[in-house]
Amino acid sequence: MGKTHKISCAGFGGQGVMSMGQLLTYAGMIDGKEVSWVPAYGPEMRGGTANCSVIVSDTPVGSPIFETGITTAVVMNLPSFHKFVPKVASGGSIFVNSSIVNEKVDRDDVNVYYIPVNDLANELGNAKLINIIMLGAVIEIDKIVESESILKAFLKVFGDNKAKLIPINREALAKGAEVAKTLKK
Amino acid sequence: MAKIIMKGNEAVAKAAIIAGCRYFFGYPITPQNEVPEYLSRELFAAGGTFVQAESEVAAINMVYGAGGSGARVMTSSSSPGIALKQEGIGYCVAGEVPCVIVSMMRGGPGLGTIQPSQSDYNQATRGGANGDYHIPVLAPGSVQEAVDDVKEAFEIADCYRTPVIVVADGLIGQMMEPVELENPVKTRDISPKEAWALGYGTREKQNSIENLVIDSPACEAKNIRFFKEKYSEIEENEVKYEEYMMDDAEYAFVAYGTTSRIVKNSVNELREKGYKIGLIKPRTLWPFPQVPFKNKNIKKFVVVEMSMGQMVIDVELAVGDRDKVTFYGRCGGIIPTPEECADYAEKVMGGAK
Repeated sequence: MGKTHKISCAGFGGQGVMSMGQLLTYAGMIDGKEVSWVPAYGPEMRGGTANCSVIVSDTPVGSPIFETGITTAVVMNLPSFHKFVPKVASGGSIFVNSSIVNEKVDRDDVNVYYIPVNDLANELGNAKLINIIMLGAVIEIDKIVESESILKAFLKVFGDNKAKLIPINREALAKGAEVAKTLKK
Repeated sequence: MAKIIMKGNEAVAKAAIIAGCRYFFGYPITPQNEVPEYLSRELFAAGGTFVQAESEVAAINMVYGAGGSGARVMTSSSSPGIALKQEGIGYCVAGEVPCVIVSMMRGGPGLGTIQPSQSDYNQATRGGANGDYHIPVLAPGSVQEAVDDVKEAFEIADCYRTPVIVVADGLIGQMMEPVELENPVKTRDISPKEAWALGYGTREKQNSIENLVIDSPACEAKNIRFFKEKYSEIEENEVKYEEYMMDDAEYAFVAYGTTSRIVKNSVNELREKGYKIGLIKPRTLWPFPQVPFKNKNIKKFVVVEMSMGQMVIDVELAVGDRDKVTFYGRCGGIIPTPEECADYAEKVMGGAK
């Protein structure tokens, strides 16, 4: 029986949650998985929870959307935290941007990783890297795709003219992975 | 060519360019805006013409002109926008103008919601234009199928000289999936433009696109020709459907487009519980597939749609026994979950494994 990752990435517009999802999707395809990406659009995006649903699976994707049963949730802000924490499947992972979300997950059937991505991005000298640092943590823990595949996907999602940004993004992925390792259960 | 990941709307637009479409006329509406957005950028690069018309009505009439001149032409819109185009679509039918119309359905009626729906099954298959007519309707359930269908739609349009509708919904328009753009398309015999298209005639034999047939016997003859020649040929050659887990099935879901992929999950879930259920997925909505519904092993056909049940009547007609057809649906922009469809089917099957 193959593994199906159901991933929700959520946050404010501008935090890079949509592109985080696209990188996972593209990297999944590069790794030979079945994949899909669905954005929330319209009124559900209002109120601070831009989000996308990603499936990376060993078997063909049927329904590309899922209301519950999330295996990996990335919550980059407080509205997303409130919206998505209850929807994560038992045994699933929740990655919280603890730089701006001060609440703790009140569930003991899920694995929670608090990653202060804004602070870590500032350490790297580029505040835009928060989504990539988070992605590094996610794939370190949940092993959804290969780290190198994310970097290959990077040029597909953002265009070949962004090749000069690969080194700093590689660093950001490593940073996220490194912090996640210390939190590993 | 290697697969790439594209958003449904952009893939539809790219497929049109690959199919040789060089004219696009449209007016913005969610959830299909990436179609005109992409083409406004890329169609010029391909040597084509993109016009954002002043309205949907203007756009479809520009399609009438370009298609009548023998160009491969497309327009796209969503539910209320397609409603506005209906008169022009009827004129394209009457003028035998090949063209492709993409309909990314959203919840209605009226302005409704911008979320995905399948409430325009009737709009596509019955239409809101006047007169006796049919339009081939292709219904993709994935980004890949959307690409393949758009390319095929141009072939069908040119072969039978008719508008063709590709009907999907906001989900397929908005989602991203891996897609192979270069799948071969089945080519068909296409009548030479010299025989009919504006600007391709000779001084001796000029071509014209006509709508008015004021003489009644001639008008009747035109209708009869459409049905006896064009539509019967389309019904014979262009029906498409897929079956999933139907070999030993005693029950069948019937779903097209987005709901077909949702229900596929339901089939897998119910199969694990031991239920002998499969899926019949119409890929053309007109002509509607008949053969899979003649399956005598099926006790109940469970139609699932993101509407109040518009395809049900076509299933009932194909099955020939209304008691064997039952329906579950959500609408207004709500997408049903695989679990709720499975729950409904389980009740229909009465726990009988």
